[in-house]
Amino acid sequence: MSGIFTPFLFQSAVQAISPILLASLAGVLCGRVGVFNLALEGQMLVGAFAAIVGGYFSHSALGGVAAAMAGAVAFSLVLAYGATVFRGDPVVIGIGMNLLASGLTAYLLRVIFGVSGTFSDPGIVGLGRIAIPPLIGMPILGWAFGRQSVLTWAAFALTAVVSVVLFKTPVGLRLRGVGEQADAAETLGIDVARYRVGTVLVAGALTGLAGAQLALGAVSVFAEDMSAGRGWIAVVAVMLGRNNPLYAAAACVLFGFADALSINLQSEGLPNQLTDISPYVATLAALVITHRRRTRVLKPPAEVDAATPGETATTQRAVH
Amino acid sequence: MNGAPRWTAVALRLRPPPVAIAILFAALTGGALVLVSGHDPLQAYAEIVRGSLSRDSLPDTLNWATPLVGMTLAAALPLRGGMVNLGGDGQLVIGGLIGALLPLVLPGQGALVSIVALGAAALGAGLYAMLAAWGETRHGIPMLISSLLLSYPAVGVTSYLARFPFRDVATGLPQTPMIPEAARLYTLSGPLDAGSLLIAAIAAAAIFVDRRTVVGYELRMRGKNLRFAGYGGVRLDRQAMRTMFASGAIAGVVGAILVLGSQFRFIDDALLSPSYTWSGLMAALLVGGEPAGAILSALFFSALQTGGFAMQRETSVPRVLTLVLQAIVILFLAMRQGVGRRAS
Repeated sequence: MSGIFTPFLFQSAVQAISPILLASLAGVLCGRVGVFNLALEGQMLVGAFAAIVGGYFSHSALGGVAAAMAGAVAFSLVLAYGATVFRGDPVVIGIGMNLLASGLTAYLLRVIFGVSGTFSDPGIVGLGRIAIPPLIGMPILGWAFGRQSVLTWAAFALTAVVSVVLFKTPVGLRLRGVGEQADAAETLGIDVARYRVGTVLVAGALTGLAGAQLALGAVSVFAEDMSAGRGWIAVVAVMLGRNNPLYAAAACVLFGFADALSINLQSEGLPNQLTDISPYVATLAALVITHRRRTRVLKPPAEVDAATPGETATTQRAVH
Repeated sequence: MNGAPRWTAVALRLRPPPVAIAILFAALTGGALVLVSGHDPLQAYAEIVRGSLSRDSLPDTLNWATPLVGMTLAAALPLRGGMVNLGGDGQLVIGGLIGALLPLVLPGQGALVSIVALGAAALGAGLYAMLAAWGETRHGIPMLISSLLLSYPAVGVTSYLARFPFRDVATGLPQTPMIPEAARLYTLSGPLDAGSLLIAAIAAAAIFVDRRTVVGYELRMRGKNLRFAGYGGVRLDRQAMRTMFASGAIAGVVGAILVLGSQFRFIDDALLSPSYTWSGLMAALLVGGEPAGAILSALFFSALQTGGFAMQRETSVPRVLTLVLQAIVILFLAMRQGVGRRAS
């Protein structure tokens, strides 16, 4: 028990989970309205950069978080209109947005702060960890949640909120209707385009929170391409969770522990080039295990569509 | 030979107005970005043109184009069939590492060693890319995701191998030992070496296969309509595996060419930092994977990126601006094509 499952493991796992979880909630929302979101990686990166810019100029963590949300929402306009009103291919838009985010943040990093690579400044106030005294003493729960940032709690709370909104409210019903049968929703008087654009923008705000957690959560720093594949892991979590926020969250927990384990293995003396790959290997393993059973039942291998993964893209195409 | 009408058709296809409009739009948005950051956009663009197309800088552009055209073809091949290979980085480093290690252990000298190394690099990277296609055809794991996820372990493991077991202890840097001079690629003139010729040959072969062979026809059919291709008798799963193998093999050859032709050893991160993979993917997306168009857009992007160095040197506008420009072109085109689709 004490060898691997240390309090530190739980703490770092929960910390690793939160940005992925926030991003995958965004992916779930987009998927539910029939917009396949591959841009999570870029949206998170823009959020992280905006968080540092906001934090630097406002000297407050709140300013950083607000800027992160605003920046990510503004960036999400590309997906919101591009994949809906302009009917662009969501895969191409996703790839384009990820590269745009990578280039734009690197460009602005040089222009605004005059540095390349990484930027940190003592003036930037991080989110800080908030300790809850009654929790800290408890094993597991206390280790995991005793000292975490506000956004980490927000990530878990928002998972519940998104679930309730999606499945227990009229708005959620319409939202799912837009994704499942856009024409039917349209005849019921729902403005499909508005629902899609609105949902993608709300999802953008969530990716902004994910970016803020990344940049201001543990240490206040921005590094080029600091989302480092987390957005793609969130995309996989959305796929594994079949657009259900709770299942997606379960997948995120798995990836978070794989990530935390890699930090542990590193402290055991393994080189980080090898330990860093464990979240991706865990993700691949999860894909293999869950898809093996499903595809045997559902369809013969020859019919698997190539460029449009998951059911989200199929709905998207049926809409056209 | 009905060469003349074909060429005009090609010329028409290569200069469709949407691409020109997209480039203009990107230039304007990028110009605004430069202006806001306190620099002169016209001067910046002038430096890009001068730094890529002038007599002195043209060799640099061609030098940059060799790997970029290669990675563009690696991305274009699956794209032609409606598939996306996002794992180019992993395949590139696998090819590079094989190309750097084999000449160290192989007996014999000269061209034979480099040919074997190139072949092994193609084989290794091709098989690794095929893994993603196998996952999709056998287990239904979307290749779009798996190809990218497979890239991370490949990059991590090659980086580990270059830093620990195969490190050149004499230099203290994260790199493998120098490969013997005899195994290096033959230099033609200036920046051009045998690797450039090899890439040109691959490019010609890609165009030929795409236009003149059954394999190319079937791949295009798959890209236009997957179900129809399957109904028409194309073995879709085999086709996916074959296409991904070819795509990965090209990426592997590019890695080996960079190592054998210019770097002479596997240096950690050196193959990835110019991000040939992503530029290549964008160049291929620009024309929907059509090989001749993809090669042209790869040349355009390499001019843009080579010019970026001159721009950064002369005007202190960060050269990463060129990445922004490329992304805007792709995004604009993606949306614009959507608009056309709705109107028709």
